Amino acid sequence: MAADLAVREQAGTKQRAAGRPRRTGALTPYLYVLPYFAVFATFVLAPAVYGLWISLHDWDYLLPGKPFVGLDNYQALFDSSSAVFDFFWESMSATGIFTVLSVPLLLAVPLLIALMLNRSFPGRTFFRAVYFAPYVLGVAVIGVLWRFLLDPNLGLVNAILPGSAPWTTALPWAWISLVGVTVWWTLGFNAVIYLAGLQDIPRELYEAARIDGGGKWAEFRHVTLPGLRPVLLFVVVNTILLSANMFGQSYLITQGAPGTETRTAIMYIAQVGLRDYKMGSAAAMSYLLTVCLLIISAFVFRLFREKDA
Amino acid sequence: MRRVRPVAWYTVLIGLSLIFIAPLVWMLLTAFKTPGEATRVPPTVFPQEPTTSAFDTLMGNDQTPVLRWFLNSVLAATGQAVLVLAVASMAAYALARLEFRGKRLIFGMIIATLFIPSFVLIIPNFLIVDRLGWLDTLWALIVPGAAGAFGVFFLRQFFLSLPRELEEAALIEGANSWQIFTRVVLPLSKPALATLAVISFLTNWNDFIWPIYVLFSPEVFTLPPGLAILQGAYTINYPVIMAGALVASIPVLLLFMVAQRYVIEGVSRSGLKG
Repeated sequence: MAADLAVREQAGTKQRAAGRPRRTGALTPYLYVLPYFAVFATFVLAPAVYGLWISLHDWDYLLPGKPFVGLDNYQALFDSSSAVFDFFWESMSATGIFTVLSVPLLLAVPLLIALMLNRSFPGRTFFRAVYFAPYVLGVAVIGVLWRFLLDPNLGLVNAILPGSAPWTTALPWAWISLVGVTVWWTLGFNAVIYLAGLQDIPRELYEAARIDGGGKWAEFRHVTLPGLRPVLLFVVVNTILLSANMFGQSYLITQGAPGTETRTAIMYIAQVGLRDYKMGSAAAMSYLLTVCLLIISAFVFRLFREKDA
Repeated sequence: MRRVRPVAWYTVLIGLSLIFIAPLVWMLLTAFKTPGEATRVPPTVFPQEPTTSAFDTLMGNDQTPVLRWFLNSVLAATGQAVLVLAVASMAAYALARLEFRGKRLIFGMIIATLFIPSFVLIIPNFLIVDRLGWLDTLWALIVPGAAGAFGVFFLRQFFLSLPRELEEAALIEGANSWQIFTRVVLPLSKPALATLAVISFLTNWNDFIWPIYVLFSPEVFTLPPGLAILQGAYTINYPVIMAGALVASIPVLLLFMVAQRYVIEGVSRSGLKG
């Protein structure tokens, strides 16, 4: 995300330097920015800080008093005797399992599809649209649809396959379902981004590689992959973040089943904060998860930078 | 095209297409089956006795006012798209073309908040929306989502890429910045505005986690939380659930067919909405 923006920012600065600043009244520019900034300040800036404040309190939405408790909500997450410890870390590991299983597939399969679609052939735009189509649908639609298709007794998947499996009610099947459905649903998104990246690789590089000899694999390793690097960084970080945000699939397809094993961190945080209304504790959990994601993102950025050297 | 045998090539492409399309076709076919036929083993592909009884059930139940949900979804998604176009285009224009103190700071703040995952904002935003008296109203679905940074970045980038000559000509003719913005910049930006409108509409139409926690009354629901209710209420009466899913799918699939170029363009340029 950041890398992508940095590049665009540079491009912007160059263009701006070329032109003269517009003459306007001193206040006018602020009037343009004001409507957006009001919404942004109210629903992004304020809650980001407010959430921290909430996490330092025993904040029960339904009770009048919201006593300040310092870091207690955070400590409870690391105290194995606390009421939230087991469920919280179970949900964190559910999110971790889902991320570890889905990210490699969501990086590799869309790349294959993008490589296919990067050739020129009649009907290319049509097939690109078809592969992208499920992504246009919301998680609610694909959730109830796959709940039906994967129904262990009545679903189409078990009717077609030779054996029958408890797709939504037992492990490891539930994970296979959640990962499979997610790949089916979101693959088009990464494929389209890869495709845009592939189309930016200059053709001459491929021609040079062909003259040098070396097969398809060498071409892929020495031209395609390096050419995709900026896009790849964005896709890796973005896919990890989206997988760590997983909510709707578990909510609708497995409902956390078999017990609470496939209940993701976001599901548990929403349950604690917005169903049980223990908002202080839930806010603390959400910040801890954020810190984990920042660390992982920073690690990925470094990994990409080291490969540079 | 490099040498591939067309028959093998198209077999692969069409086979893959089936994986993506077949589940959606199954949804369509199931919506017109009877509950018994929908779960028959072995399954029938085409409805033996096509019926709209699933839709009748859906419309006839006061607890699942699907048409109302549909209307609410249209209102929320359209409202947000309009709001995003208005506030983002103005802010983007100022950030791209006007000089003012604090511009870098504002832009920097918007960038910095991209690193805040959306789930962190849900609980405090619930309280803010509560304070505004917007819980259980469509305002909760329309306004907060317009704070997303994507629209501003996307349009700012587009405005920066426009040639300045037309704007400068307008300036020489005595136009002020608002006239330049509305009569020169916006008309030149129609494709970008269309892309942003479509992406905002789709994102809002599909939003799930936020509406299920800020809406409580069935008559205020949009389609996604409505589908979760249907799944709970009709458990294995799958034709009814699929009929609901169909109602939620058709508008976005149609929109995608008409505006495919804009959707794909928006996604491939951005991906920022995560």
